[in-house]
Amino acid sequence: MQIPAQFDYVRASTIDNAIALLDKHGEEARVVAGGHSLLPMMKLRLARPEWLIDINDLFELDFILPEATRLRVGAMTRHSALLGSADVARLFPIVIDAERVIADPIVRNRGTIGGSLCQADPAEDLATVCDVLRAEAIVRGPGGGRILSMDEFHKGPYETSLAHNELLVEIRFPVRPRSGSAYEKVERRVGDWAVVAAGAAVSLAEDGTVDDVAIGLTAVGLDGTIDEAETVLRGQQPTEELFEEAGRLAAMASLPVADQRGPVDYKRHLADELTRRVLRRACERALAAQSTTTQEG
Amino acid sequence: MTITEVHAPNPAAGDADRPIGYGRIQRKEDPRFVRGKGHYVDDIVLPGMLHGAILRSPVAHARLVSIDTSRALAHPGVVAVITGQDLLGLKLAWAPTLSADVQAVLVTDKVRFQGQEVAFVIAEDRYAARDALELIDVDYDVLTPVIDARHALDPGAPVIRDEIEGRTDNHIFDWEAGNAAETDAVFASADVIVKQEIVYPRSHPAPMETCGAVADFEPIEGALTLYETSQAPHAHRTLFAIVSGIPEHKIRIVSPDIGGGFGNKVGIYPGYILAVVGSIVTGRPVKWVEDRSENLMSTSFARDYIMQGEIAATKEGKILALRTNVLADHGAFNATAQPTKYPAGFFHIFTGSYDLEAAHCKVTGVYTNKAPGGVAYACSFRVTEAVLLVERMVDILARKLEMDPAELRLKNLIKPEQFPYKNKTGWEYDSGNYERALRLSMEMAGYDELRREQKEKRARGELMGIGISFFTETVGAGPRKHMDIVGLGMADGAELRIHPTGKAVVRISVQSQGQGHETTFAQIVAEEIGIPPEDIDVVHGDTDQTPFGLGTYGSRSTPVSGAAVALVARKVREKAKFIAAAMLETRPEDLEWEKGRWFVKGDPSVGKTMAEIAMGAHGTVTLPEGIDGNLDAEVTYDPPNLTFPFGAYICVVDIDPGTGHVKVRRFIAVDDCGTRINPMIIEGQVHGGLTDGVGMALMQFIEFDESGNNLGGSFMDYLIPTAMEVPNWETGFTVTPSPHHPIGAKGVGESATVGSPPAILNAVVDALAPLGVTHMDMPCTPARVWAAMQGRATPPI
Amino acid sequence: MQISMTVNGDEITREIEPRVLLVHFIRDDLRLTGTHWGCDTSNCGTCVVLMDGVPVKSCTVLAAMADGRAITTVEGLASGTTLDPVQQGFMEEHGLQCGFCTPGMMLTARALLDQNPHPDDTEIREAISGQICRCTGYATIVRSVKWAADHPAVEEIAGEEVPA
Repeated sequence: MQIPAQFDYVRASTIDNAIALLDKHGEEARVVAGGHSLLPMMKLRLARPEWLIDINDLFELDFILPEATRLRVGAMTRHSALLGSADVARLFPIVIDAERVIADPIVRNRGTIGGSLCQADPAEDLATVCDVLRAEAIVRGPGGGRILSMDEFHKGPYETSLAHNELLVEIRFPVRPRSGSAYEKVERRVGDWAVVAAGAAVSLAEDGTVDDVAIGLTAVGLDGTIDEAETVLRGQQPTEELFEEAGRLAAMASLPVADQRGPVDYKRHLADELTRRVLRRACERALAAQSTTTQEG
Repeated sequence: MTITEVHAPNPAAGDADRPIGYGRIQRKEDPRFVRGKGHYVDDIVLPGMLHGAILRSPVAHARLVSIDTSRALAHPGVVAVITGQDLLGLKLAWAPTLSADVQAVLVTDKVRFQGQEVAFVIAEDRYAARDALELIDVDYDVLTPVIDARHALDPGAPVIRDEIEGRTDNHIFDWEAGNAAETDAVFASADVIVKQEIVYPRSHPAPMETCGAVADFEPIEGALTLYETSQAPHAHRTLFAIVSGIPEHKIRIVSPDIGGGFGNKVGIYPGYILAVVGSIVTGRPVKWVEDRSENLMSTSFARDYIMQGEIAATKEGKILALRTNVLADHGAFNATAQPTKYPAGFFHIFTGSYDLEAAHCKVTGVYTNKAPGGVAYACSFRVTEAVLLVERMVDILARKLEMDPAELRLKNLIKPEQFPYKNKTGWEYDSGNYERALRLSMEMAGYDELRREQKEKRARGELMGIGISFFTETVGAGPRKHMDIVGLGMADGAELRIHPTGKAVVRISVQSQGQGHETTFAQIVAEEIGIPPEDIDVVHGDTDQTPFGLGTYGSRSTPVSGAAVALVARKVREKAKFIAAAMLETRPEDLEWEKGRWFVKGDPSVGKTMAEIAMGAHGTVTLPEGIDGNLDAEVTYDPPNLTFPFGAYICVVDIDPGTGHVKVRRFIAVDDCGTRINPMIIEGQVHGGLTDGVGMALMQFIEFDESGNNLGGSFMDYLIPTAMEVPNWETGFTVTPSPHHPIGAKGVGESATVGSPPAILNAVVDALAPLGVTHMDMPCTPARVWAAMQGRATPPI
Repeated sequence: MQISMTVNGDEITREIEPRVLLVHFIRDDLRLTGTHWGCDTSNCGTCVVLMDGVPVKSCTVLAAMADGRAITTVEGLASGTTLDPVQQGFMEEHGLQCGFCTPGMMLTARALLDQNPHPDDTEIREAISGQICRCTGYATIVRSVKWAADHPAVEEIAGEEVPA
């Protein structure tokens, strides 16, 4: 079977130690967390780091911490932990929607949120989720920390703005009242990368109009959220007609390429169809959250 | 839903939970497997063993300009690097295929498919061997490849096999069956004719264990022991003798536990030969085990048939005739494993389960720049393709006639009283009761209720489909006078020895890859001579320990070796009668058999059990004239005909109209494989095949780009169903024994793989019928289903 | 480099190359060949072992990453001659044919039952959805796991009686 090329291995004992190791070994060092993206690429010899810095002992980066206005998630939090978290399910159902379709349960036992974001695969589901939830990435380097928006964090396919000696340590999700979110993916088979997926997060004003909305698409060549589709909804009462219009605009904005998962027109159709679906579900969830809030209030 | 077994309970069977003979018992092989003590090829470690790795071509068609192995040879741990030039010196650069062609073991002149074997590195460990592959420098002069079989015969198409003297095109064979003139005449006067091109895309068996070998050549004796993933160890031994020049008595092939075969492990691959060459060259054992990409890109593919189907019928729905022209893509070397007389395998059973007036098929085989193979993947020698063709054509006809597809089938199925039935292409179907099976499947499915539900859903714009397929298989090749593989007649042997204490060993020539031979064959012996299955060891997979035979593929183990085992047991039972008579001081004709013992007619208390007789045979009893002092026998079984299992399958699918995603909601399978030896194992065989059908129909195919790059070279892109894509199978059965088989059994290993794809595809097309869709080709991926929904022809594979 | 771990309850220490995959370490160094491999892309799950009780694909874990952890392979499922109910279930319900994916399937089933003693069909199917079986069509694997759930080992029953 396939075997990686030779490399040296070191296990980081603390965050500072990890950063020091990255600093010391330079550009040819790679961080390994779950390893489920990096190791297959190394086995195919598409990646050949000289050093692997294993951060699996950094248990301080494995946490899900709800606070009043935000949810803090450590970069080493495993997909399975996110999927099993009641706090995540309550605050951000989109994360559960996405986690259920990321790879498979065994891979999810190892893979981490930080690893997924740093791999920056264009078909990666959590990137879209973090985009629409307007998450922030907390990055640490030898000179201290930085807080990056997802736009700042992602630079393109397989590329982030992390310097070689920086480590993603945490992702912060802002909590908004009367909000709902959803994710839906079309895949050729369970466990496959997305043909296309869509995510949406909606916050409603007290009068039920859309206060804020974010729409993102996976695997269609877009980074960030789709402003032109969001605009039609802002300040409006959500309706099926507006979802359709948003879907149409999202599809127009998308830049899919043909591959084994499907031709361009099909992917564009999915961008439309899935955008409508996730908006519908996100609004339903926001309304449900609103009624819960009211009852609790 | 079940039907009572035809076999009456046997008074000597003992505890109903532990039948002595046929019935549900746990598998004898399972205790080792559940403890992780199975013993597969890659588990073998021999003293001093080296590891081999194959360098493969990154391009599909290229002249080989030069190979420089010096850097690889200098790599620490590397012992040898073998190239095509080295093999030319040994006269081993080309090896015969199973279809009267040759295949390059290592490239000498030209690369003919992506993934073809270019060089072989042998090193102290597998990591060093893998590293050294990158240090071999190869210069290729890339040529235009032939990828689309439709253009393989174009004038001016690049000639792939230009090493064959005088060859100017890519044509391999034309083969016909049936009567063309008669068929054309029926078509000329028919009320209704329907035509359709149907593509069965290229797929791959992809067993969980990839192919591999450990070769151990002992130079003093000149003896070769080869452990390999083989479904046919005896045939491999003969072929290795022919290829290598090592005398056959000096070759021992051991096929240990095999992690699934499905046809993938029938052929002899270059890797096996290279392991042998490596062992001869280095004087040490050499292991070679392919990785998953190598498996998917270079070993036997399956299908790849482009079929032009035409069906003729009366307007009342009486099917009259069927004809088809097929373009068969055989890849770069004709390496299909099939009986010599039948270059298209048993495709000419494409008349299916229907009583026709005429039929004709013509198959044209061509070379392309793709991996060689063809007959592999549980296809019963191309019956998969045949069943897809006829079952799609019948469904398309039903649409044209606005008839229910079940009703159309019921109207045309061969009737029970017509068996043995001679079809129009030369087959004699042994037995069947087709209507009973189809009606049972409809009853289990609640067919009428499903159609009502579908009507309601259609009114709401929902896409629900119900698909039917009725198949007849032809399995258990020979007879040997008609069927051979590279000259070896398709027969199988069995030897049975009863030890003095009444325990038995049966040795068989077929090789299990998970089918449960160690259990099933013990049960056949148990049924015949009344020794409990746990007291019978089944030995297989080692040519030094088992009688000659052609091996396990084409669902032939039970039809052929199963018959051999039943007959050898009867031989022993008959011999036991003579010994018992001597022991009881009576005449053999005065004895009567009940399971496990001979007793004196009219006096059941006076008798001898098999154990007592075995002790007698080996002991001091004075034996009758002509009876040897043992209780052993051997048999080689030459089947008088194949067996014809059949079944009726119904599939229910739901399609997401917004995405084209297909969900298989239910699958009902009624199988008839004649006498049932172990219902649990039969059910398992059916379940596995149904899952293959879901894979084939919905996701599994090997695609190439126009440069000949294999796009299905890993499990990331060659998709195999998981537990999430398949439903809880609903199985039922009928029993129509084979009249010519000693125990009435038919094969079942491939029935479901053969029968299920059309049921699923028919269901998908049925679901899409309100959108005007009359056909789409597999696989029904979301993108392809959506394209069909838009009224587009599905893109050719 | 030197690594130490617990494998099926035994402490082991070995010298390895950092790039050695856990599956190769288990098979080649420890000669525990019940763990198999079937792909290179962590799609097939044939190589599943338990690491600190959690199923992982050992073809995509470095042996070095398992340093200090506890590994359970199929050889560690039975206690002495007593089979784990999962092993018994696979035999009772014909949850295996060629036996190649079986060790991984059984380990996942064991981990599932440890978390969820009475899973329904869907939960079982989801749990094994990262693992491919080419022989069984999965239904009998589902039945096997249910058999094991219905026939817990003595210590499991005792475990369940402890109030949460």
